[in-house]
Amino acid sequence: MSGVDYLAPASVADAVSALRASAGSARLMAGGTDLLVQMRGGRAKPQVVIDLKRIPGLVGIRCEGGGFVIGGATSGAALGEHVALKAAWPGVIEAANLIGSTQVQGRASLGGNLCNASPAADSVPALIAAGAVCIIEGPAGVRAVQVEKVQAGPGKTTLAADEILVAFRLPARPARSSDAYLRLIPRTEMDIAVVGVGVSLTLDAGGVCNAARVSLGAVAPTCLLVEAAGAALVGTTLDDAALAKMEAAVSEACRPISDKRGTAEYRTKVACVLARRAALIAKDRANA
Amino acid sequence: MSDGNQGGVDLKVVGQRPIRPDGVDKVTGRAQFGADFHLPGMLTGRIKRSPYAHARIVSIDTRAAEKLPGVKAIVTSADFDAGAAGEVEAGESHAAMKEVAANCLAHGKVLYQGHAVAAVAATLPEIAAEALDLIEVTYEVLPHVIDVEEAMAADAPVLHDDMYTKGVTPKPGKASNVAAKHVMGRGDVAAAFKAAGVIVEGRYETAAVHQGYIEPHACVASWGADGQSTIWCSSQGQFLVRAMVAKILNMPLSDIKVIPAEIGGGFGGKTTVYLEPVALALSRKCGRPVKIVMSREEVFLASGPTSGAVMDVRLAARMDGKITGAEMTLKYQAGAFQGSPVNLGLMTAFACYDVEALALTGYDVVSNRPKVAAYRAPGAPMAAFAVESAIDDLALKLGMDPINLRLLNAVRDGAKTVYGATVRYSALVETLEAIKASPHYQTPVGKGQARGVAAGFWFNVGGESSAAVHVDEDGGVTVVSSNPDIGGSRASMAMMAAETLGLPIERVRCTVADTTSIGYSGSTGGSRVTFATGMAVVEAAQKVVADLKRRAAQTWECDIAMVEWKDGVATCTDPAKDVKPLSMKAIAGKTAKTGGPIAAEVSLNAQGAAAGFGVHVCDLEIDPETGRTTVIRYTAAQDVGRAIHPAYVEGQLQGGAAQGIGWALNEEYVYGKSGLLENASFLDYRMPVASDLPMIDTILIETKPNPRHPYGAKGVGEVPIVPPLAAVSNAVSRIVGKRMTSLPMSPAKVLAEMDK
Ligand SMILES: Cc1cc2nc3c(=O)[nH]c(=O)nc-3n(C[C@H](O)[C@H](O)[C@H](O)COP(=O)(O)OP(=O)(O)OC[C@H]3O[C@@H](n4cnc5c(N)ncnc54)[C@H](O)[C@@H]3O)c2cc1C
Repeated sequence: MSGVDYLAPASVADAVSALRASAGSARLMAGGTDLLVQMRGGRAKPQVVIDLKRIPGLVGIRCEGGGFVIGGATSGAALGEHVALKAAWPGVIEAANLIGSTQVQGRASLGGNLCNASPAADSVPALIAAGAVCIIEGPAGVRAVQVEKVQAGPGKTTLAADEILVAFRLPARPARSSDAYLRLIPRTEMDIAVVGVGVSLTLDAGGVCNAARVSLGAVAPTCLLVEAAGAALVGTTLDDAALAKMEAAVSEACRPISDKRGTAEYRTKVACVLARRAALIAKDRANA
Repeated sequence: MSDGNQGGVDLKVVGQRPIRPDGVDKVTGRAQFGADFHLPGMLTGRIKRSPYAHARIVSIDTRAAEKLPGVKAIVTSADFDAGAAGEVEAGESHAAMKEVAANCLAHGKVLYQGHAVAAVAATLPEIAAEALDLIEVTYEVLPHVIDVEEAMAADAPVLHDDMYTKGVTPKPGKASNVAAKHVMGRGDVAAAFKAAGVIVEGRYETAAVHQGYIEPHACVASWGADGQSTIWCSSQGQFLVRAMVAKILNMPLSDIKVIPAEIGGGFGGKTTVYLEPVALALSRKCGRPVKIVMSREEVFLASGPTSGAVMDVRLAARMDGKITGAEMTLKYQAGAFQGSPVNLGLMTAFACYDVEALALTGYDVVSNRPKVAAYRAPGAPMAAFAVESAIDDLALKLGMDPINLRLLNAVRDGAKTVYGATVRYSALVETLEAIKASPHYQTPVGKGQARGVAAGFWFNVGGESSAAVHVDEDGGVTVVSSNPDIGGSRASMAMMAAETLGLPIERVRCTVADTTSIGYSGSTGGSRVTFATGMAVVEAAQKVVADLKRRAAQTWECDIAMVEWKDGVATCTDPAKDVKPLSMKAIAGKTAKTGGPIAAEVSLNAQGAAAGFGVHVCDLEIDPETGRTTVIRYTAAQDVGRAIHPAYVEGQLQGGAAQGIGWALNEEYVYGKSGLLENASFLDYRMPVASDLPMIDTILIETKPNPRHPYGAKGVGEVPIVPPLAAVSNAVSRIVGKRMTSLPMSPAKVLAEMDK
């Protein structure tokens, strides 16, 4: 790993120009828990590493317009300690806090988890279900993109080579709303999701669901938003029939591969099971 | 507890739980493991490995790599002694040196992905890596075979065209992948099955699993200008490394000094060499010290796992549960070279039970996988998985309690094993009874849970060992052990010396010596060190005591029979003498006047090792919708003779159980169609993490100390990995509602069975 330059710019503009100047030989680094592992393993060979954590706004959480703005490089540990954020978005936070171990939590960020573009990234289905929006900045200025539009395939994103994910925006939450994230791993930690499912929903005063989003991880080349699965819940009290319809939509959406981590059949089955369980947890939380 | 052992009644140190002597260094990072050693001018060695499962090496072109600035040496198998042959004692087996050499650097053919082909030493790791890319190996790719039964098929690609199955007459006319057929048995099996009230049978399968030690293989080798060489490495036997390197490089043993490093786990996997001869060959070529450290990926690809197996078992029993006969066929993967532990599988399979008629057949089968290495009780856990599952079937069929069924069939002293030994000093019955009476077994199985029980056996061995006891000038003591400490043996050695000498444990330190500083010893393996090397320590300490008494008698001018040695003090029992007792410190401070320094070294061939038995019980639950298993409660009981340091013995039981649970639930080598390993990392090779397991409760059975050892010790390190596979699987089978016959029982496999 000799001969790698390390830059820690103090502004997004500086980081963007460093990216441009490197002509593709630079990599952005948030926590580095993916990047450094890839560099050690020889899969990533950047000449320049651009650390994002010195840039104001990249680390930290602010409340804005009833919602939250989370810096793209904020660590999982910091997310877990934010009481208001955790109360509003328990599913997003439990997903972020599942990443790795205590040591990894001190570094790993939502931005890194998303931009590493693993279909099994834990926080991504939760963020998609939450309807989170990415604030992305590049030479042409700032744009806002739904999280589900960022992953383009394993290891690939729709960000341009000189763009930076600055922050995530989580919308304001209506009353009786909540979310949940569940994953299946054969072990209890330090493992990679065989399937991950995020569900976010809102109930009306009568307990009828009036908005729901369901997102799946590790069952396709990217994390998926399954609109039909969310739609199956809307207008229902999450009764058995509604849940069965949601499961059918989930099953329909799954396009998994069979690999060392699980067969396609198994992944599809478990996606349905976890979607049902996550929906019921989100409902209980919304009612609480 | 009454037995004829020395000091059996009034032990002061043995049986206590003093603080681990190597603990502070390990938790503060001061301990020097294999990769921690540096020398001036040291080069980095790296190994070029095969990308194919099976290929002929057409050519190796090193010219471009040699020209790279910073590259100091490149070696291939041509740098090894072509005549390397013979066998070397390797822990629990003998290693054929021709094959060990060909495993360290491939000769003519590569036999598995990751097989070493060439090695380079360079001034920087980056240069070594670049040089590897510049070494051009031309391969002719050959068809490969991974599965053990496919490897046995008549039309399978043959790995070694000179391999004719041993153990069959007449000698086969054709080379094959079956290295050997082993047959063992006694009695009239056909008659037993004919007369049987009940018969159970099954076909079982286990995957290859790795020892998973945390420390990857690592060594530094330095060739001296006069040929005298030094190797620093992490291994389970410095003498074994010396013997193997000497054979492979055709050197006299006395020209090689091997200095054992602290070892970060071995479990049997470090009873061979991979890097040491390569590093020394590189150093010989360029005259500079060379360090080679494996990556985790290399550890998985190219160091020994243990065999996956396919096993058929049939039991004949009376209606009261007495097993009268059994048939078993074991097919074990050996990896790329012969030498699976299938014979040990045959010997141990029914060792817990008194079965009159046995017909056992084993096949040692090569395929395009890394050569297997010893792993805790090599060969026994798989065979026990099949046998203990079959016994569970029998218990179900007869509606019998699984412990009672095992008690009815348990071996007792005097019984003959199938391999000819007589069972002695055994406590299987007591161990079964202890489990039966345990709080765990006495507690009803929780709702939605199931319980599994299984037993296991391991021989434990003795053998050649050396140890020295040096009395320091201040009256403290240094114990010199000949065996790398992989399980806390330094503590046990120091404790046995302290007990014998009558000293507090704080006054005794133990060190592990290099090959030039202590007499020969077999490797740390076979659960032999506390027994055999411990015996050498105790005998050396006894010699020291005799010497101390002689010196006291000389000082007091009394008969030595009138000197008593107790609690580290000599007292004169002659009423005619008015003398004050002499402490260790007093005698040690005046050695010049009494005959010089006080020290003793003992080398022996320890006989009388006693086998050990374990019984485990496991409660677990399964998520019926995902097939995921959670172990809720686990208890391991074991016949341990006497626990010298009970906490470390308990640690052995817990560690063995943890590894066995991993073997049962998630660990496996996963191969793709092209014969390449798909999970060469701890991420996808799923050993249990701490949070996966409950506290493993332990029960130490000390009712039958081994009278052949001064403090009653039996080996304890291997038995505990034998029962867990079946203990877990018997519980899983209960919940699934049918016999689980294939390990690992990963969530997907369990769900598929439940949904069938
Ligand atoms: C031991 C261990 C366990 C792990 N367990 C899990 C787990 O359970 N679940 C899971 O999902 N992951 C896991 N991971 C992977 C990793 O920790 C996560 O993906 C983490 O969220 C990555 O965040 P980071 O800040 O460390 O990313 P980095 O490594 O800094 O970056 C990852 C990638 O994203 C790019 N990037 C980072 N930030 C930005 C940005 N703001 N804008 C544009 N591009 C950016 C980087 O260039 C790089 O390509 C584990 C990793 C380790 C080492």
